Amino acid sequence: MPSIPWIKDPEEALAKAKAARKPLLLDFTAAPM
Amino acid sequence: MKEFITDNFIPARFHIKENAAQFDRFGAQWTPTILILDESGVERHRIEGFLPADDFLAQLELGLAKLAFQHNDYKQAEHWFHEVCEGLGGATAAPEACYWEGVSAYKADNQAEHLHETYRKLSQRYPDSEWAKKASVWAG
Repeated sequence: MPSIPWIKDPEEALAKAKAARKPLLLDFTAAPM
Repeated sequence: MKEFITDNFIPARFHIKENAAQFDRFGAQWTPTILILDESGVERHRIEGFLPADDFLAQLELGLAKLAFQHNDYKQAEHWFHEVCEGLGGATAAPEACYWEGVSAYKADNQAEHLHETYRKLSQRYPDSEWAKKASVWAG
């Protein structure tokens, strides 16, 4: 299975959520990316 | 878990060393912190600290349920609360989900029996939980 396509730009994520009419999941992490 | 996230959310990730400004913007003071925002960007659920997989999934479903409830979509809220209450009954969030499943059902059709049944369920399954105590007013 492909990995989760995490978005790093919050404005891009908000725009995609609005366009897709889906909720946002924001992950704040200190783990290696 | 990956499929659940990609099916139900637009996922974004911010690292403390690369994007600390976003921690301030959204009030994230610890890692991991997970926020569920509605499509307008309003926060609807917050998860702070590590959780095992089942408990984490339960929290994601609880977030979707709260989001639907706050948008007055009680049938959709009932669906997600039910997924946690019945499908992830061992999760820490299960008693809370059972409580709100009953409230969502009541809000959908105004039948008080949903609340009485919720009290019976919580008092049998999770008698020591705060949610059983909250539901005790529906004992009658």
